[in-house]
Amino acid sequence: MNVIDQLEKEQAKKKVPQLRSGDTVRVHAKVVEGTRERIQVFEGTVIRVTGAGLRRNFTVRRVTHGVGVERTFLIHSPRIDKIDVVRHGDVRQARLYYLRSKVGKEGRIRERRAKVGVAAVAEAEEVEEVEEEDEAGAEEPEVAAEAGAEADVEEEAESEAEPEQQQEQEPAAKKK
Amino acid sequence: MPKGLLARKLGMTQVFNADGTVSAVTVLEVGPCRVLGLRTVEKDGYAAVRLAFAPVAERKVSKPLLGEFKKAGADPHRHVAEVRGYDGLEVGQELKCDVFAEGELVDVTSTSKGKGFQGLVKRHRFSRGPESHGSMNVRQPGSIGATDAARVFKGVRMAGQMGNRRTTVQGLRVVRVDGKRNLLLLRGGVPGGDGGVVLVKESVKQLRKAR
Repeated sequence: MNVIDQLEKEQAKKKVPQLRSGDTVRVHAKVVEGTRERIQVFEGTVIRVTGAGLRRNFTVRRVTHGVGVERTFLIHSPRIDKIDVVRHGDVRQARLYYLRSKVGKEGRIRERRAKVGVAAVAEAEEVEEVEEEDEAGAEEPEVAAEAGAEADVEEEAESEAEPEQQQEQEPAAKKK
Repeated sequence: MPKGLLARKLGMTQVFNADGTVSAVTVLEVGPCRVLGLRTVEKDGYAAVRLAFAPVAERKVSKPLLGEFKKAGADPHRHVAEVRGYDGLEVGQELKCDVFAEGELVDVTSTSKGKGFQGLVKRHRFSRGPESHGSMNVRQPGSIGATDAARVFKGVRMAGQMGNRRTTVQGLRVVRVDGKRNLLLLRGGVPGGDGGVVLVKESVKQLRKAR
């Protein structure tokens, strides 16, 4: 491994979330006020993710009191304490600059549904957790399957159901 | 006493500073340099130190130079350079990156990347003429002098070889000194490509200030 890669690896955080445009995140950023340091939470939508490796950065947009605020963070910056991904958004663009001209309901982003694939399964469970917040112990596979079945019904009611996901969840329900 | 070392440019990256800001840095592998010889005012008319860098096979070095290495008790090295006014050293001594400290300013000299024969727009940042409406002077030089001079003055900027020239960048800040890997991280760019040999010296501006 060459020296530059080594230097970059040393500075990189061990684990960073895989962010995508459209995700809603809570960024816990360290702020220095005079001599005191405290953590400030900035919650909003990721409208852009650029760079790779140590230089990876993302821009978060939120609207407060009718004023749009955008902040760009380096994902590996020591000034960032933690990044929580609140939900994944379903978007078609990599750069969501169109949100700047949208106000209120127009600027909403649909939640991303799981797609077929191994990587997506873990995400699907996460999504369900957010949906069924009152469901206790949704992490356990049996209950999760149950919750998934319920989610199916809900989706049909919303007429937003995706056939792919139904196929994925039905066998799980049968096993039980 | 201007300090100096020979180094190899490894490339550029970025580092996070203590306050969370980011610095773009050039990574230099500094030395180890061997002191090959001393030039003294009495004997040579000027004071300097001869430094050797990057060990190499004996057959790669010319015989006169090989004699100098033998005299200093050092292995043959590929690169040799003189640093004027660097004193307090002994022949055969090994120098590492800890010659410099964090926060210091340095000047870096090396050969810049060659760009070949270039026109005025690229080489001297001339602005170009209009591209349409019948314009024929898109990247032309324009006037190169007056009629009554009957010649072109020396130093008029024209097309020619660009780059591949010995240049110095002054006042680069040392961001980090890595004694373990013998690295020097300087804020900003350094002339030449990756893998090139550079001469790092204590900044003349810093020296002037200290005086």
